[in-house]
Amino acid sequence: MSPRPNYLRVFLTFVRNSLIRDMMFPTNFIIESISSIGWVAMNLALYILIFNYTNYLGADAEGGGAWDKYQFFVFLATSLLINNIVQMFFMPNAEEFSELIRSGNLDFALLKPIDTQFLISLQKVDWSAAANLVLGLLLLGYALPRLDGFTPSLLAFVLYPLYIALGVSIMYSIMIGLAATSVWLGRNQSLYDFWFYITNFARYPLEIYNGPIGNYLRWALTILIPVLVVVNVPARLLAKPFQPEYTYLAVFAIVATALSLVVSRWVFRRALLSYRSASS
Amino acid sequence: MLTRTQTWWTILRISFEERLVYRGDFWLGTLMRFLPIVTQVFLWGAVFAGMGVAAKSGTSSGQIGGFSYHDMVAYYLVAMIGRAFSSMPGLASGIARQIRDGEIKKYLVQPIDLIGFLFLTRVAHKLVYYGVALGPFAVAFYLFRGYFSGWPPAEVLVAFLISLILAFLLGFFLEALIGMLGFWTLEVSSLLWIYMLFNFFLSGHMFPLSILPAPWNTIALATPLQYLAYFPAAVFLEKIEGSAMWQGLASQAAWVLFFVVACRVAFARGVRRYSAFGG
Repeated sequence: MSPRPNYLRVFLTFVRNSLIRDMMFPTNFIIESISSIGWVAMNLALYILIFNYTNYLGADAEGGGAWDKYQFFVFLATSLLINNIVQMFFMPNAEEFSELIRSGNLDFALLKPIDTQFLISLQKVDWSAAANLVLGLLLLGYALPRLDGFTPSLLAFVLYPLYIALGVSIMYSIMIGLAATSVWLGRNQSLYDFWFYITNFARYPLEIYNGPIGNYLRWALTILIPVLVVVNVPARLLAKPFQPEYTYLAVFAIVATALSLVVSRWVFRRALLSYRSASS
Repeated sequence: MLTRTQTWWTILRISFEERLVYRGDFWLGTLMRFLPIVTQVFLWGAVFAGMGVAAKSGTSSGQIGGFSYHDMVAYYLVAMIGRAFSSMPGLASGIARQIRDGEIKKYLVQPIDLIGFLFLTRVAHKLVYYGVALGPFAVAFYLFRGYFSGWPPAEVLVAFLISLILAFLLGFFLEALIGMLGFWTLEVSSLLWIYMLFNFFLSGHMFPLSILPAPWNTIALATPLQYLAYFPAAVFLEKIEGSAMWQGLASQAAWVLFFVVACRVAFARGVRRYSAFGG
């Protein structure tokens, strides 16, 4: 018996078990998938509506700061992909984590001979989020050929999945960091609201944050809590021609991801050190 | 009659005190609820800027469905007030749960009417909510005051207030009715999801319904859901005025009446079907 567990095999087991669990109630699974597609469809309807009234989101059409319809759809598809990967793999686990802390059941996770953060973060997979992933890919496939006079380079296509992974990592870091704080707070309902409201800012191109308050917001949400690079960098890769002034953002995204992961790992370990088992 | 009033009063008071226990991070939570409006401010700013309009000055030439940029931001703020009156978190799922696990039988053996009891509880909860949420709402409206063009005339304010109260009644009886469906299907959560989906869209929480193009706006404005948020906000912003406003109030009241009756009928029929599961 090897002392080090095979993480990939453990992960695949999680994936399989979750699929079996979800398929035990097929009707429920189908309804969940349909309703999550429904939410996305309504959002899409709003943007189709908006582009009925305007050709561009933002005034700076010549400078490349404005987004036209299909460019924005690429942005939206990217946002869908990232958010639903997070939803699929991490969201149910982060929710479960606070519950484990509150009930004292975290003891059992700590006892297992495997990295606790790995176990806590990936135990469950929400398969119904896969429906929106497919929707995201379809939207991407629809919007890309319709981009006005521009085809993304091969390099962009290579970098795109990489930056999607970086974006997911940033989102994951914020989420697990917030969930870990429930060790100190006991209950953290409003922290989940906080997560929702903060990531809400990531759903739009950073150019829309304009004016004095907007500039400050853009700065804070890029440097302090780097949610603005999450979708913006990969979306811009495919949606817009290369612009040298955005290279710094692409480089910064790598740094931001590394820092987010390190900080969240640190917060997680500090949280475990402060954990005092409950109800035993 | 006197004892009945006393019973109602006691229920109201108990719910009132029960609600005041949890007010810890409520304040901050309510204030944070305005954060999505910040993104709406920027999103619509970009939309109107893209239309080539001096969005900042809010010139009347650049309008979407009768809404200027400032109107649009103001709309989201006022619609939040409407939602604060008409949203009933946990009402339908609570009724369905009580039917499923048999708890509902306590209303059948005690001289308390289920709908009346839930109604008073909800009134008490809402009153406490407004009492505590008034602070965050005032702060948010003060910060966003530049998007409003002053107070509407008294007549409009009265109509707005009536529409809010009707929105509360409509929201309550509509959701209670959905909860009553639990007598027939036991599991209403998936149905509730679909209802919430439509509610979010058709109540005008997402955008003012009047910006929808031709066939869709007629459809959207035909459902009672518009009275939960869109109608009160449109009244406040004087987008629906004069006789149209009073006619709107009348049909809002008619919908309330419809759902009160439907709710009563569903309960009476449901109780007859009810087979008292659980211990």
